[in-house]
Amino acid sequence: MDFSRHEHDVLIIGSGGAGLRAAIEASAAGASVGLVCKSLLGKAHTVMAEGGMAAALANVDERDGWAVHFADTMRGGQYLNNWKMAEIHAKESPDRVRELEEWGAVFDRTKDGRILQRNFGGHAHPRLAHVGDRTGLEMIRTLQDHGVHQGFDDYQECTVTRLLKDGDRVVGAFGYDRESGQFRVFHAGAVILATGGLGRAFKITSNSWECTGDGHSLGYHAGAELIDMEFIQFHPTGMVWPPSVRGILVTEGVRGEGGALTNSEGRRFMYDDIPPLYTNQTADTPEEGWRYVVGDRDARRPAELLTRDHVARCILREVKEGRGSPHGGVFLDIAWIKDRIPNGAEHIKKKLPAMYHQFKALADIDITEEPMEVGPTTHYVMGGLRVDADTQMCTVAGLYAAGECAAGLHGANRLGGNSLSDLIVFGQRAGEHAASYADEHGRGTLEDSQIEAAHREAMAPLERQDQTDGAGPYGVQFELQDMMQEKVGIIREEGTLSEAVEEIAALARRADLIGVIGDRKFNPGWHTTLDLRHLLSNSEACARAALERKESRGAHSRIDFPDKDKEWGGFTVVLKRGSGGGMEVRRDPLPPVREDLQKIIEEQS
Amino acid sequence: MATATFKIWRGDADGGELKEYTTELTEGMVVLDAVHQIQAEQAHDMAVRWNCKAGKCGSCSAEVNGQPKLMCMTRMGDLPTDRPITVEPLKAFPLMKDLVTDVSWNYEVKKRIRPFKPRRPDFEDGSWEMHQSDVDRVQEFRKCIECYLCQDVCHVLREHHMHDEFVGPRFFVHNAALEMHPLDTEDRREDLRTSQGIGLCNITKCCTKVCPEGITITDNAIIPLKERIVDQAYDPVRKLIQLVTGR
Repeated sequence: MDFSRHEHDVLIIGSGGAGLRAAIEASAAGASVGLVCKSLLGKAHTVMAEGGMAAALANVDERDGWAVHFADTMRGGQYLNNWKMAEIHAKESPDRVRELEEWGAVFDRTKDGRILQRNFGGHAHPRLAHVGDRTGLEMIRTLQDHGVHQGFDDYQECTVTRLLKDGDRVVGAFGYDRESGQFRVFHAGAVILATGGLGRAFKITSNSWECTGDGHSLGYHAGAELIDMEFIQFHPTGMVWPPSVRGILVTEGVRGEGGALTNSEGRRFMYDDIPPLYTNQTADTPEEGWRYVVGDRDARRPAELLTRDHVARCILREVKEGRGSPHGGVFLDIAWIKDRIPNGAEHIKKKLPAMYHQFKALADIDITEEPMEVGPTTHYVMGGLRVDADTQMCTVAGLYAAGECAAGLHGANRLGGNSLSDLIVFGQRAGEHAASYADEHGRGTLEDSQIEAAHREAMAPLERQDQTDGAGPYGVQFELQDMMQEKVGIIREEGTLSEAVEEIAALARRADLIGVIGDRKFNPGWHTTLDLRHLLSNSEACARAALERKESRGAHSRIDFPDKDKEWGGFTVVLKRGSGGGMEVRRDPLPPVREDLQKIIEEQS
Repeated sequence: MATATFKIWRGDADGGELKEYTTELTEGMVVLDAVHQIQAEQAHDMAVRWNCKAGKCGSCSAEVNGQPKLMCMTRMGDLPTDRPITVEPLKAFPLMKDLVTDVSWNYEVKKRIRPFKPRRPDFEDGSWEMHQSDVDRVQEFRKCIECYLCQDVCHVLREHHMHDEFVGPRFFVHNAALEMHPLDTEDRREDLRTSQGIGLCNITKCCTKVCPEGITITDNAIIPLKERIVDQAYDPVRKLIQLVTGR
């Protein structure tokens, strides 16, 4: 067995916003930190975040505050959220945002020289600190440039395939270096998973190749509980044409700046269906909505800024009923605001430069002149590892999770902008608590038998070279993505969900037999084969959870149970690896919301 | 169905060759799509870096028909398909395998640059007053996605291999973003003049031409930095004042 061995107090798997923020915090606590990056440092999926990070700084509207942000987050999550996480997030995000400024981030500014905030879906006030439509780049570069001077070690282009345990406690990880193919064994006092999402389980997605939910699956196979896996966010506005760009994100910031969703009849269809939870906060007419966009404090939000789950369903309805755009989406028009403001075209280019460039370069569309065509794209998973709200520890000792691979903050549906703030708030907490756990408990014992098992598993596809069949790793992956899109997508029902569970099992059997050509040196066929196990395990979790929840709520829509069910509002679906190796599903009752927080929710409704 | 033929570099530091692949084209396809299609159908082990496929992460840099490009933003429709399209790795960095190069030198260089050092906060909550007009210039530099195409075309690195004496356009942009940050109090001019070799740049603007983010690297970053260094190190009046006052 050939591998290099690395010793750290805290090992962090994932180097997006959450992983980097955790690394900075754990280093500050004096821990020796290893940061595993699946890609090059600074290229993680955080870089693609566009619209902004939500924090109640109250720079644009002084009526904002943590209580309003908390209530908005809970309403958006249809009250399935872990209320304690929602409280911590709302209270701490302003400090985390200001801290980025201290480390060199340069946000767009208000007229009086403070951090500017923009409108976004489900947020009562302009709340998103941003830099044009490239906020994620600003965040990751700031954390990266500050982080490299904090003394932690990074392992770039390194993929973890297994967590290693000492009894019931996680004490390390096994992985490979992509460039050389060399194996690495990490031994650590605590491990933080910050691996992001799992959008690559679906055909149409805004996620990059990395987003195979490694952390969800690594944690699950190490015995940790997953919750809320039925809630996958389909972002309402992805590109739909040309085919090769299908799924690429079109920021909600377009609608925040006044973008109108229209159907083939030119109708602003979002005004036709406003959910009861939001009637008090939503404009009656497009005219009132526009007044809100330009800062009229008495006006209410445009219907385009309803929550993402709802907007995605409305778009599907228009397409299904024959009022879609030529390529199966609807129209998103920002050009119309030119009639309302001076220098409109320049304003659009200034506020949405990446969108302008993306449509111009990839679709020959000038968004200052013509409407875009958009449709839903798999964007985010609300579900993930169950964590303690304060410390971010999973249900397995020594294991922590932060960011998209952790669950709880967003409940049944995430509000735009709450993800970037989630990363820095809970990344910071995970780093702090993992460091103190490692300090208290030391590193535990790493047994050779576990390393050998992980090594065997990683080598297996290469040792089956001669068995390579036509489909190979890419073929199985494409079949899984097609199937998930069709059967575990935006609209679900019992029959097809059950089929999905069976088909995932059949694909998993095939994946176990894949042989790959070539050697270990930067071999994407081998990488894809190893990632497949994570994708399959996560797909099964999504399908089983979706089958279990017999109601429609937030991002989970069932044709056979089209309504929200009061009783289901009190439960979360939990998935855990059973003693026999199979996936066990159960329902846990949600703890009652603390009295003072319940009062805030009622006051803000 | 229309097809296109590619000649893609296959090999590693020990040697290799351009290998020919033919693949089907679909509407709106970019070079990265074609490379992925070839990888999935004909060459499972072909190494290529990519992440976002939307021009935001700067991973898929390569030389397409000899031009440094992001493969994800280079549309097939803009390339002639009557002859093979060549796709080769960046030339300014050591080859690892196929289209992947070792860009770790860039990370080492960046670590050497003095980090951001803000002045004391203006307000009690730890924040500052900065106006949009004060940050416009810095925001241009902060658009950089670190694709290193500018490094790849810079002759000081590409032809003269002066990686030990010269940090390259990417890191002049990084220096400029720090030096022109309204809150920064650090002084990087001496480093730029000596260990970073800014004098070696003879402003041919090759970097500016290939920047996928449209950053005016030479005019807005490098030339103003050169001017600041001249003011500090070579201004005779200033030298005299320094001599007299000792400051």
